[in-house]
Amino acid sequence: MQTGTDLEKLRVAVTGATSGLGLALVRLLAARAARIAFVARTVSAVERTARETGAHGIVGDVARKDDIYPIALQITGNLGGLDVLINSASSLGPTPLALLADTECEELERAVAVNLLGAFRLTKALFGALAASARDGRGALVINISSDAAINAYPGWGAYGASKAALRHLTAVWAEEAKADGLRFLSMDPGDMDTPLHALAVPDADPSTLKRPEDSAADIIETMLAALPSHPARLVGAHA
Amino acid sequence: MIDRPHPRSAKLFTIDADGRMRHLPRTELAMLFSPGDVVIANDAATLPASLRGRHVASGQPIEVRLAAWVSVRDPTRFVAIAFGAGDHRTRTEHRPPPPLLSPGDHLSLGPLDAAVEHLLDHPRLLALRFIGSREAVLTGLARHGRPIQYAHVREPLALWNVWTRIAADPIAFEPPSAGFALDWRTLAAWRQRGIGFATLAHAAGLSSTGAVALDQRLPFDEPYRLPERTAAAIKRAKLERGRIVAIGTTVVRALESAANADGSVRAGDGVASGRIAHGASLRVVDAILSGVHQPGESHYELLRSFADDAALDRIAAALAEHGYRAHEFGDSVLIERQPRVPRQ
Repeated sequence: MQTGTDLEKLRVAVTGATSGLGLALVRLLAARAARIAFVARTVSAVERTARETGAHGIVGDVARKDDIYPIALQITGNLGGLDVLINSASSLGPTPLALLADTECEELERAVAVNLLGAFRLTKALFGALAASARDGRGALVINISSDAAINAYPGWGAYGASKAALRHLTAVWAEEAKADGLRFLSMDPGDMDTPLHALAVPDADPSTLKRPEDSAADIIETMLAALPSHPARLVGAHA
Repeated sequence: MIDRPHPRSAKLFTIDADGRMRHLPRTELAMLFSPGDVVIANDAATLPASLRGRHVASGQPIEVRLAAWVSVRDPTRFVAIAFGAGDHRTRTEHRPPPPLLSPGDHLSLGPLDAAVEHLLDHPRLLALRFIGSREAVLTGLARHGRPIQYAHVREPLALWNVWTRIAADPIAFEPPSAGFALDWRTLAAWRQRGIGFATLAHAAGLSSTGAVALDQRLPFDEPYRLPERTAAAIKRAKLERGRIVAIGTTVVRALESAANADGSVRAGDGVASGRIAHGASLRVVDAILSGVHQPGESHYELLRSFADDAALDRIAAALAEHGYRAHEFGDSVLIERQPRVPRQ
């Protein structure tokens, strides 16, 4: 694992960060001394991850509108601003996976509330902070975690796939709209990973055929840094 | 009591340097100003500065409104104003005083434990210290605090309602409300028309305490941060005879506080103290966009540095005749500095 202090000036927020990809992202970013705030629902898991990584842990549910501004306030208040937001929190919808005609309305609503509305609302609440970072010349980036289920029609993945497809399109439109303000938006598909979410969806999958979440996280961090070409952290790295 | 009108239905009154008045829909803001002008806004986000709880020694209810930083961005220490029973639906001037407070008294405010450090020179005014780490206190504020509410607004306000579109760093105690006139569509239109846009962060404080003696001292000292890029944009505009447009009184206070004699501004951290009022010369700002303010408010006093009393009376009459809404979520007024107001 790459370690060091090359990202010490970078301020990153990660949602869904006490398991799977989100947790791997926080660990890798912490190992490179980035300033991190992360969000998850469960108090004990947030405390454990905060203790382990030294990152600022925030308890909240991005699917709840009333939680969004308390989360945003803790992110910007703890980090003094924000350069990168990674919306990684995801809901599968029904578990085990269900055909759409067998999916309860509330299960689809939950998937949309986390995967689409949660990412939209938190990004909107933090848009001002990200734009301020862009005006400062630090760059500003939103990474929304997507899936090939957002593109391909896999039976059983309707709630997840439809909500992730909507997120993917939201990301594409926002990328166009915010370009001139200096904000970049990216959708990233981390691939099929050996995570709790994947185990819920495909309980009998052979883990050896799945990507390790830390490998996907490393790819995402490389893409993130490439999208912040003028970031001071990059310059420090270049001279080190 | 009012319901908050939709921002897209708001009105805009303008008066230019020649005294010409216009009534516009506020969406027309996007079409105002000229290439080379620079608009400066306050991108401070607003803290949930109202905390309810009880005074531990007496068991009496108390509301604390955080009013100023002791050390900016340290969320464990504040200057605060205390109220007794009741809530925001009672006008602040009619709220009972807080229970009798002594240094060392504890206040239980939801999940937060606060100690009275010392009393300042007014029964409502105190220095408050929260017990715990910065991170824990910030969490407590985020969960338990509410934005300062207004007696004239019917629905309870959440942070959703009081962060402007550009809100970034949470350092203000009340919203820099002139900024409610800005949206990203307007900023894009200005960019396309060659109009500059830059920001500073100014920790806007309380606008009213409910106590005449305290209100006369408002605004409290307010820290601000003025980025290099913003100072450079102002310098460039001044060289090219562009106008500097301030979005709100906090921007005027910060820019004039950071002003050099030649109309340039010093980048960096500063503190705006005292009032800018009649007779004060503006060295930086050429025009102000603000809400509709009443005579006597500190915001109104600041307008007297842009226009003399006769002009302000004409403006007030025009606003009254056309039913402009005077509150934090109301309509907007753009005043270009009138030539009869002297300038250094």
